[in-house]
Amino acid sequence: METKQTVLEIRDLKVNFDTPTGVVPAVRGVDINVKAGETVAIVGESGSGKSQTMMAAMGLLASNGRTEGTVEYGGRNILGLPIRELNKVRGEKITMIFQEPMTSLDPLYTIGRQLAEPMVVHGGLSWKEAKAKALDLLKLVNIPEPERKIKAYPYEMSGGQRQRVMIAMALANDPDVLIADEPTTALDVTTQAQILDLLADLQKRLGMAVIFITHDLGIVRQISDRVYVMKTGEVVESGNTVEIFTNPQHPYTRMLLDAEPTGSKALVPESATPLLEVQKVNVEFVLDSGFLKPANTLRAVNDVSLFLKKGQTLGVVGESGSGKSTLGRAILNLLPATGRVVYNGELITGKSRAQMQKLRRNMQLVFQDPFGSLSPRLTVGQIISEGLLVHEPSLSAKDRDQRACQALEEVSLDPSVRNRYPHEFSGGQRQRIAIARTMVLKPDLVVLDEPTSALDRTIQKQIVELLRELQTAHDLTYLFISHDLAVVRAIADTVMVMKSGQVIEAGPTEDIFQSPQDEYTKKLIGAALFTQNQLKASA
Amino acid sequence: MSDITQEIGAAPERGRSLWDDARDRLLANKAAVGSMIVLAVITFLSVVGPMLSPHEFDTVYRDYVRVPASLEAYPRAEQVQPAFEKLAQRARFNIGSYERNGDVVVVKVSSRRAINPKSTRYFDRSDIFKNAQLLDMSDDKKSATLQADINYLHFYFGTDANGRDMMTRTFIAGRVSLTIGLLATAVAIFIGVLYGATSGYLGGRIDQMMMRVVDILYSLPFIFFVIMLVVFFGRNFVLMFIAVGAVEWLDMARIVRGQTLTIKRQEYVQAAEAMGVSDGGIVRRHIIPNTLGPVVVYMTLLVPKVILLESFLSFLGLGVQEPMTSWGVLISEGARNLQGAAWMLIFPSIFLTSTLFALNFIGDGLRDALDPKDR
Repeated sequence: METKQTVLEIRDLKVNFDTPTGVVPAVRGVDINVKAGETVAIVGESGSGKSQTMMAAMGLLASNGRTEGTVEYGGRNILGLPIRELNKVRGEKITMIFQEPMTSLDPLYTIGRQLAEPMVVHGGLSWKEAKAKALDLLKLVNIPEPERKIKAYPYEMSGGQRQRVMIAMALANDPDVLIADEPTTALDVTTQAQILDLLADLQKRLGMAVIFITHDLGIVRQISDRVYVMKTGEVVESGNTVEIFTNPQHPYTRMLLDAEPTGSKALVPESATPLLEVQKVNVEFVLDSGFLKPANTLRAVNDVSLFLKKGQTLGVVGESGSGKSTLGRAILNLLPATGRVVYNGELITGKSRAQMQKLRRNMQLVFQDPFGSLSPRLTVGQIISEGLLVHEPSLSAKDRDQRACQALEEVSLDPSVRNRYPHEFSGGQRQRIAIARTMVLKPDLVVLDEPTSALDRTIQKQIVELLRELQTAHDLTYLFISHDLAVVRAIADTVMVMKSGQVIEAGPTEDIFQSPQDEYTKKLIGAALFTQNQLKASA
Repeated sequence: MSDITQEIGAAPERGRSLWDDARDRLLANKAAVGSMIVLAVITFLSVVGPMLSPHEFDTVYRDYVRVPASLEAYPRAEQVQPAFEKLAQRARFNIGSYERNGDVVVVKVSSRRAINPKSTRYFDRSDIFKNAQLLDMSDDKKSATLQADINYLHFYFGTDANGRDMMTRTFIAGRVSLTIGLLATAVAIFIGVLYGATSGYLGGRIDQMMMRVVDILYSLPFIFFVIMLVVFFGRNFVLMFIAVGAVEWLDMARIVRGQTLTIKRQEYVQAAEAMGVSDGGIVRRHIIPNTLGPVVVYMTLLVPKVILLESFLSFLGLGVQEPMTSWGVLISEGARNLQGAAWMLIFPSIFLTSTLFALNFIGDGLRDALDPKDR
């Protein structure tokens, strides 16, 4: 290990952004070195500067960014090289893959062409040779039916396959260093596991160094040799992966390691009052309909039944496209659905909007994206008190303000922030505001649609705790939709696993996690827990 | 973006809205700020200028038809004597001696018949002299000394083909053009935003029907529409901006509808729906405020468009009627008199083009300020 040669060395790298309000430092003097063939992970929460460090090293900063320091590759400083010189290194010897496989491929060209083009333009190969090499690369990254897929367009491929194509592209010129910037964050857990296996396998075979940027410590533990922990633009701790995990020195590292949502929820007693009964709910979407051909429909939710008692938390898990969010909206009668939804003894399926109006205050919805779910032009106070405007129109403006303050206090935010606008808050704070908005109406049932997925682990933990406190304080019933099994395990007492619109398995949380019956559930739990169980054991 | 995890005071503080941020970015844009100053000056001149100007916008100076723009006062020294001689001839005076002392002309006049004391009005009526008096009337009343002050007038922008002061007329025209520009734009935005937001938000069949109405109105020839309005209601200043506004709202409605279609899929709209907020409340509180960015930008581009449309209509004789005037009317007159009286074209053109430039720059600045990502 020690004898291996350093391929990339970053010394005292600083990145500053010029903004109208002054210079914002993003990276404040970072030293990172990468040896041939090793995997280095850079970990940190959002805003820690981990991506900006690598972007700066690659000369990919936004136009208002300025860099200082040195980035040494192959004995020379590549920082600030002219583009032409830099391109000899960048994209050939040091390549990058990004988080979003959906947008990094051009939708208008076939996979084969996108793979072959750089080889023709930069590598001087003929189209025929390049196509052959592209096929080899697709085989290398284990894409099924590579001969057919090479002629496919990006939209014909799944997210995982697209990420594989991106990796194939990055491997085209036998790079020395592969920088992977959160390459699995946008993927489902089972796909994530496959991609990680693929990367580990490729590294073993091709012997390149991998720099893995991520916020997920589970991944870090699994794949990396060494870790750099970053916080607010500085490396606070670095070292051997095993050492960092077993004996973290810096309090921040300890906090990160400790950020796994913990705890569990006891089942509600048998005698609890039933609140919601859902029988054989179906939701269909018309994909395309023509004059003459029959409508092509997609059944997003297929004969789903469930039962919720007061105070219960039902975790709905499944990968993207499993219909779990659609189910949540169908239960709230926000989508046309067939079947029976009985809420508190009242049949709500097929009720018109006006008829639903009264029930709305009791049934609330919290969204995944804390950036999109708050109206950007309203103040926090206005956002929170909007529901009161509808459901308690007799309240005076002063009373509404009072109630908004109470709701903010309940979610542990200072009420004095109520005249601010959503963009002035961080993701976690925004999610608290979104929760306050539902709490102000004192609901019975809250459908939480991936409320923690867009947040950092440490923030997730806080939100889970907040939700738990609110549940005990107000005897709330939750329908918790998530793909994150660790969070579901911590908050739900019952779990329902969904796949392609159908319920695969349901039961008390610990039963499902300890002894899953269905193959798919086993696979899902296996993929998720290889990181988390290890983490729990060590932390 | 910066987080505000730091200390939060006890008193409720005012947050910075997106509008505040946009305003700061706009004020940092030199071209936009310069344009705003230019626009403010032009607006100020248009509103206050006619009141301060010594001339009325419809006063005709027959002695100063098409005089060039000048900082010096009229009449010029060499104009005075010929003008006097002409007037004396009309008053049937014979001129004895002509003498000019500064601003006063003293002339010995005689006549074959008795001099009528009222004949001084020939001189007073002229634009060149004032306070004409007959002094030292001889006993036979056939000769006298006529003393008259020279009436100095300034025409900084010259005069038009009827001898009206161009400066006052340009200012008055500014009032008309800017008023029409702003009012018609306000009408267009009011109708367009409401219509577009409603159509886009309700969607489905209602959207289809509302947008087909827009399509039908689009296909009406504009001039035909204006002529019809004029035939039904007669020529009227108010009618002008109703006509223009009623046509321009169509673009606005389409823009706002498009915006609404994207906004209504935002989670905050779904959140409001899940909360049971009525359609009206969602459109008013969530949709319209979020479409206003593009609307404001479009507005700054619409104002110049409307000013030009008004010029066009006035040019055809369907718009503002004499003696009232607008920049469009002045420019069309100026174009007819371009040979020999270029000032009639130049001054209103400077005002119109600087207004249009300023508005376009402001629109550009606003676009950048409201949508900084796209720069």
